[in-house]
Amino acid sequence: MSALLTQALHIALMLALAPLLVGLVRFLKARMQGRQGPHPLQPWRNLAKLVRKRPVLAEGASWISRAAPYAGFAAALAAASLVPSFARGMAFAAMADLLLLAGLLALGRAAIVLAGHDVGTAFGGLGAAREMSFATFAEPALLLAAATFAILAGTTAIEGILAAIQEGGLGLRISLGLAALAMMAVAIAENARIPVDNPATHLELTMVHEAMILEASGRHLALWEAAAALRLTLWLALLAALFLPFGMAPPGLAPLGWLVGLGIFALKMLALALALAAFESAIAKMRVFRVPEFLGAAMLLGLLAALLLFVSTRLA
Amino acid sequence: MTGFPLPWMLVFWPWIAAALLAAMPPGGRAVALANLGAAAISFALAIACLWQPEGLSGWTRLDALNLPLVLTAALIGLTTAAFSAATLPAERFDALRGRAYHAIFQLFMGAQFLALLADNLGVLWVAIEIATLASVLIVAIHGTPAAIEAAWKFFILCGVGIALALFGTILLYLAAQPVLGAGDPGLSWAGLRAVAARCDPGLLSLAFIFLLLGYGTKAGLVPLHGWLPDAETEGPLPITAVLSGLLLNASMLALLRTQAIVGGNPAALDPGDFLVGFGLASLLLAAFALWRRRDARRLFAWSSIEHIGLATLAFGLGGAAALAGLVHLIGHALVKSAVFFAVGSAAQLKGSQAIADIGGLTTSHPWLGWGLALGIAGLMGLPPFALFGSEFLLVIEATSRPWLILPLALGLLVAGTALVATLQAMCLGAPTPDRPVPLAFAGPGGFRLAVAPIWLHLGLALLLGVALPAPLRAMLDAGAELLR
Amino acid sequence: MSGFGTPAYDVSHVLGGLVLLLSFMLLSQRRIPAMIGAFALQGAALAAAAGWQAHVQGAHELWITALIAFAAKTLLIPLALRAAVTRLGLSRAVEPALGIGPSLLAGIGLVGLSVMVVLPVTAGQAQPLARADLTFALSVVLLGLLTMITRRNALSQVIGLLSLENGLILAAVGVAGMPLVLELSTAALVLMLAVVAGVVAFQFRVRLATLDTAALDRARGGDAP
Repeated sequence: MSALLTQALHIALMLALAPLLVGLVRFLKARMQGRQGPHPLQPWRNLAKLVRKRPVLAEGASWISRAAPYAGFAAALAAASLVPSFARGMAFAAMADLLLLAGLLALGRAAIVLAGHDVGTAFGGLGAAREMSFATFAEPALLLAAATFAILAGTTAIEGILAAIQEGGLGLRISLGLAALAMMAVAIAENARIPVDNPATHLELTMVHEAMILEASGRHLALWEAAAALRLTLWLALLAALFLPFGMAPPGLAPLGWLVGLGIFALKMLALALALAAFESAIAKMRVFRVPEFLGAAMLLGLLAALLLFVSTRLA
Repeated sequence: MTGFPLPWMLVFWPWIAAALLAAMPPGGRAVALANLGAAAISFALAIACLWQPEGLSGWTRLDALNLPLVLTAALIGLTTAAFSAATLPAERFDALRGRAYHAIFQLFMGAQFLALLADNLGVLWVAIEIATLASVLIVAIHGTPAAIEAAWKFFILCGVGIALALFGTILLYLAAQPVLGAGDPGLSWAGLRAVAARCDPGLLSLAFIFLLLGYGTKAGLVPLHGWLPDAETEGPLPITAVLSGLLLNASMLALLRTQAIVGGNPAALDPGDFLVGFGLASLLLAAFALWRRRDARRLFAWSSIEHIGLATLAFGLGGAAALAGLVHLIGHALVKSAVFFAVGSAAQLKGSQAIADIGGLTTSHPWLGWGLALGIAGLMGLPPFALFGSEFLLVIEATSRPWLILPLALGLLVAGTALVATLQAMCLGAPTPDRPVPLAFAGPGGFRLAVAPIWLHLGLALLLGVALPAPLRAMLDAGAELLR
Repeated sequence: MSGFGTPAYDVSHVLGGLVLLLSFMLLSQRRIPAMIGAFALQGAALAAAAGWQAHVQGAHELWITALIAFAAKTLLIPLALRAAVTRLGLSRAVEPALGIGPSLLAGIGLVGLSVMVVLPVTAGQAQPLARADLTFALSVVLLGLLTMITRRNALSQVIGLLSLENGLILAAVGVAGMPLVLELSTAALVLMLAVVAGVVAFQFRVRLATLDTAALDRARGGDAP
């Protein structure tokens, strides 16, 4: 019962938080760069505006252009509902597995890539090709980081990992540091952030994510934007859960614990948003053909983390 | 400490001499004669070691294995100093280089003695490192692009080799640590050899691999030999004799000490097999390489690789062949340095090192020509020189592994015929015109002092081959016994 | 005893892993100044590892080793190399004989190889700390060798040799009670300083040769203004 309640609260939280988080990051980035910046609630206002409009489709568009936005949003929402935020032991926790998460993210990626290809424009294909080439390295990196956790905790289930971290006393581990670096690199690639992709660019030749949704409008565009916001939120929540695992309420009915958990979660998200804004303001975007190297390095870091952990656990 | 610290004196005297030589006013005969004097004193100290009781003395030890090598090293140091004194003016060193040359020469000799006498494996490593640094500096001393290139190659390859050897040394310590405990005894050769059977065989095997790669590079074993031909071709000639006779011997000794330790544990991998493999590869590659060489010094550098390969093969076979290996090391050092003295003199006379430019030496300069001819005959393994005996013993021992006979015979045959061709080209036939370099043989003693060491070495090699004195034979046998 | 999970083990593990990570960084650089910077960081990590071992083993000469490693490898050698690059106008591009991606993959292969070699071989040893350190050290040595083999530029080869020696020092400080560590590491450092001096002299000679021909051209009345 309480599990269902926390799950429902969590989904609502994610839906509400996602556009706010995107707006917050944009606002912080702007302030750091000495600009006024848009209001943090601006993405909500955009969504509200877009949802009321009717989408316009190109002549060559097939049913994919109509179905893909819903598929992408559904995948993002499903993934977001699996990542714990303020409480553990939610209703879907039994299914919350890092590998399933990777699969849902891949599903969302497939939806957007197909939508990009569907209309047959040059830029759509360009963005889709780039997105898939980045994914070729990003996905193995994520899986290797998951393998590191699997060696440490004996399972890839998020609940199991949290239990191992909170009770096991894993101590200072260089492998955790390397896995964190690998996952952060993957997070940057997945969310189309600098240095992989500039979310604020208006030059089509430099776009990756935006290029695929150039043709979307109205409801469809609202769904794509919401999906992107949900993905950013879930990635930040995942990083917070795995590497800053304190402050989450234990399973069971505990309204006070939930409130405390919510507060701490909000602080974690704020901190991560600040870090992301600072990081994006500090470095420049990479050339497109360098990104596979960047992600390849992330993959190797993940491999190294798994290897080092393998060495040390074999010695114990 | 057993008695007089003679081994330490043998090590430190050359270093003191190096400092003195560096401080002397440059130029002229005084420095060369002082160098000769210092080498003579080293030789006297080495002879005095014969009466020193065997055993440990701090970080050094004197035993039947390294005493003959120490004597050989001291002798070759003395004759090289003599040859150097006679032929140095032709190198035309300026003041700085002249001083550096003599100082580094003695520095090298001191490091060489330390490497031969060391019991502590860490000290052995440091000694070989110092010897390498000294020889790199001398190879580069002329500063020509070819010399610097050769020195750079030498440095990089031997640097990697030395680093790998250090890793092997650390592993060896780690293997023995549970038995010997912490501190200095953990690196003592005598101590390690005694407890080898109780050490972890896996670690011993791993250590051996690294030590083989490391010291094998220094000894010029194929495929780690790339630096040797270039290093022995460039640089002043005396250093080539010294490199060939001494540095290679010291590296071989280090390798042998390692083999003795690891061989003491039957569960670890058999070092002999690896030594046989590397030795055979060196022999075959060098034998075929001898055919294509046009430069005299380069040809004899490859011949060094061939002979060290033969010695390694002998040590790999073990048993009675170890005695053959020891005799081969000593005999090769003597004969090869004699050949290099002869080639150096010929090069100064004819103005070039190419084989095509040196010819008919027996006709134009009989003492030099016949000395070179006999030296090459000795290298071929013809009787009555020492190398014949050692190669004969090696072939007999090799019959225990029938598959070895064919490649061994092939290598010896190919090398032998190449050397015959060289002998014909350089010594027999019509003499090529003399174009002596300026200031050739202008040093004290002149031509005679340059040629005399050749005949001295050949005489000793003859003695070693036909009439081995009983005490020496006993010492070599005891040395081979130590390697079991 | 320093086993898995104790602070002694954890911190050495972290520092050893850091040195290994920096070896990978050396392999992945495209520019010489970046390589020099990564090497300086590796020297600092090595000094920290040596200092930690001095603290854990109670061996006081290791403090001196740590200090020398820091002074030489984080300050002296990188400064000398940078000065050489600037003054002699050396090429700043690392010329990889094997692409960056394949080199990194080969590097991971070598790390796997050293794990597979060291762990079974040292199974009889009582100290898990020494085994882990030895694995890291062997990996760093092999990666240093790989850097030397897959880079054509002389300076990058020298940096590869220097990082190989870092691996050696890591092995030497990791084994408890090793005698002569200070002396051996100093001797190895002397060798490396000589190598650095050698490469600078070598490049100086090469540059001098090219300068000479340029001067010769001008003296002959060449067409360059």
